[in-house]
Amino acid sequence: MPFQSTVGDYQTVATLETFGFLPPMTQDEIYDQIAYIIAQGWSPVIEHVHPSGSMQSYWSYWKLPFFGEKDLSVVVNELEACHRAYPDHHVRIVGYDAYTQSQGTAFVVFEGR
Amino acid sequence: MSKKYDAGVKEYRDTYWTPEYVPLDTDLLACFKCTGQEGVPREEVAAAVAAESSTGTWSTVWSELLTDLEFYKGRCYRIEDVPGDKESFYAFIAYPLDLFEEGSITNVLTSLVGNVFGFKALRHLRLEDIRFPMAFIKTCGGPPNGIVVERDRLNKYGRPLLGCTIKPKLGLSGKNYGRVVYECLRGGLDLTKDDENINSQPFQRWRERFEFVAEAVKLAQQETGEVKGHYLNCTATTPEEMYERAEFAKELDMPIIMHDYITGGFTANTGLANWCRKNGMLLHIHRAMHAVIDRHPKHGIHFRVLAKCLRLSGGDQLHTGTVVGKLEGDRQTTLGYIDNLRESFVPEDRTRGNFFDQDWGSMPGVFAVASGGIHVWHMPALLAIFGDDSCLQFGGGTHGHPWGSAAGAAANRVALEACVKARNAGREIEKESRDILMEAAKHSPELAIALETWKEIKFEFDTVDKLDVQ
Repeated sequence: MPFQSTVGDYQTVATLETFGFLPPMTQDEIYDQIAYIIAQGWSPVIEHVHPSGSMQSYWSYWKLPFFGEKDLSVVVNELEACHRAYPDHHVRIVGYDAYTQSQGTAFVVFEGR
Repeated sequence: MSKKYDAGVKEYRDTYWTPEYVPLDTDLLACFKCTGQEGVPREEVAAAVAAESSTGTWSTVWSELLTDLEFYKGRCYRIEDVPGDKESFYAFIAYPLDLFEEGSITNVLTSLVGNVFGFKALRHLRLEDIRFPMAFIKTCGGPPNGIVVERDRLNKYGRPLLGCTIKPKLGLSGKNYGRVVYECLRGGLDLTKDDENINSQPFQRWRERFEFVAEAVKLAQQETGEVKGHYLNCTATTPEEMYERAEFAKELDMPIIMHDYITGGFTANTGLANWCRKNGMLLHIHRAMHAVIDRHPKHGIHFRVLAKCLRLSGGDQLHTGTVVGKLEGDRQTTLGYIDNLRESFVPEDRTRGNFFDQDWGSMPGVFAVASGGIHVWHMPALLAIFGDDSCLQFGGGTHGHPWGSAAGAAANRVALEACVKARNAGREIEKESRDILMEAAKHSPELAIALETWKEIKFEFDTVDKLDVQ
């Protein structure tokens, strides 16, 4: 077999940082990740932006950061509400760590188009 | 209280062995592993180390009566057995703060590991650890940016950074080199790295490299929608040339540069770190020559000391070994010094090789870089060992992919994210490593091929430098 036929063509993909290289998560998988954010003691934050602005440092907050929120279902409902309000926007969840003043994690839950 | 001058040679221990001394919070403390010549008592060896690394010389001299040596002398205040080793012992020495110039790591090392290492009464001597007092730490600039700022600049959260060194490490033209950078970054890496040997050789002058790399970084960033960077190595023949290269990287709008802090030297490193702080540039630090100094279990300087010195001198990322790859490094010891790079307080813990409580106060943290002979199969272990505040670098593990560097990069990115996702979901990633990687490969032909390519590669040699525990 000639060498070339075994080599695949890798096409560049536009991605949205953490978990951008994994297939879309199922609902249960998303819940696991939110539960992790809560278990770390981080505050859930929901942010959204039009895809044209995805590289900005600041995406719009959905409401305010949910400081101290421990209830998974509250966070899930807010994520869905944000997506309904801005169906064409990217929506991401951030686990905000006030101790380090950094984001413990952040990933996109709904991709806009 | 005046003293009379009494010429002659006194035993070191009369002056420098003070077991009743209680170290001050402002003292710089050091632990040396000493191996004396046969027949020389431990106290005399330890006191000699304290003397020769502080105020002492072999003879009494009249001019020491012009000052108060009690105020300036280093003191050995404790001697301990080394577990499982009859010929060596630990000497704990306290140095008064005023023996050192503020903010100068160069000065600290010139005293502590200067002439004393050639002292004839010693067969071997190893500096195991230093407790830097807060009063000294506050005079050091430290990391120009630190972990938090670096994450914000690069927009990477909740996972380790992913990088690789450009290979072959020597011999590519500037344009070819930039091509490899582009391939890696478009494939999903966050950062690529100049090999430490790449400075400004005839086959590729630095300016040529910087320009093509900048184009590659910007292009990959545009196409992927993610923030990218390349460590442009500014290590140079003279400090002036080093700064010229750093300035040009800034002109090109690049986010990060690189320096080799041991071959380049602490003075150059501290200067470059200060430049980075002023100019909003991240600083990646390589550690060429460290194994010459830190690998022998009885002589030299332990890497935990060199790591602490780098955090004080300044750097945002430091190479720490991989534990699992082709280069030396014991797991517990590595955890001990990466704590000292990243945490604000590290307690004494002999099982990790840390001899002192070390308070870092508000000094920013340094990313631990794991690089050297690692590939996708190591990913779960690397994540478990190094955690999120690390940079995992796969050189051969990226470029060696049968489809090329872009596919190799994608394979690593998929593997990394699969492991992070599994860890967050509560899975035991080291135990379940095979399942996690095989599941991820179902969605990624690049990963499936990488897993097949490197399935038999292991580096199982015993560690030369082990912790002294029984």
